[in-house]
Amino acid sequence: MVQILLFASLAQQAGTQKVSLDLETPVTVEKVRDHLQNQLGELNGIENALVAVNEEYVDLTVEIKNGDTIAFIPPVSGG
Amino acid sequence: MKLFNITKEPINNQEVIDKVIHHNAGAVSVFIGTVREMTGEKQTRYLEYEAYVPMAEKQLEKIGDEIQEKWPSAKTAITHRIGTLQISDVAVAIAVSTPHRQDAFEASRHAIERIKEIVPIWKKEHYTDGEEWVGNQKGTKKYPEGRPERIEK
Repeated sequence: MVQILLFASLAQQAGTQKVSLDLETPVTVEKVRDHLQNQLGELNGIENALVAVNEEYVDLTVEIKNGDTIAFIPPVSGG
Repeated sequence: MKLFNITKEPINNQEVIDKVIHHNAGAVSVFIGTVREMTGEKQTRYLEYEAYVPMAEKQLEKIGDEIQEKWPSAKTAITHRIGTLQISDVAVAIAVSTPHRQDAFEASRHAIERIKEIVPIWKKEHYTDGEEWVGNQKGTKKYPEGRPERIEK
């Protein structure tokens, strides 16, 4: 089971900020992204989102383990 | 007393400043980001900020670490507000103290520039004629490495 967090425009499109996916792990970020969109429909801009695993930015090549929290982070606009 | 925090409450600028004042500080540079009404022809009614709070606070701490490394005598505090903000409300307050003024100016500039690069906070503009999540969400900016420049992993 992996926990997905969505923000800003991604959360708005999905209609939710949190999704749990039952995936066979380890799994790539790309696969998680595919599964997520199979479940929720297309999420515009997710290709450009940064990815954080357990609150740290990661490269897209990282493998996701069971119990990880994956956040898709659209380009930020704080300040 | 948290030096780096995200809050839903209005920011008290003086409280942020007080966190960095100490006996060897000779300068405090303060940057305050406020909600602007006009952006070109667009008129903002109000803003909504959202954050990935625990990660955003960690990233703010990282900015504090970067400043510490570059200006070892500096002390930094940053508070960013989220939720609904009206015109002229304070969205972010940054205070940096150093022994001498030059470093304080440079370090506070560093802090706000880095907030705009690495801290997971998003702003939604509610204009008089529509709404929009700010931050290049139309996909015109790509991150070929999967992350913006200068992000530590």
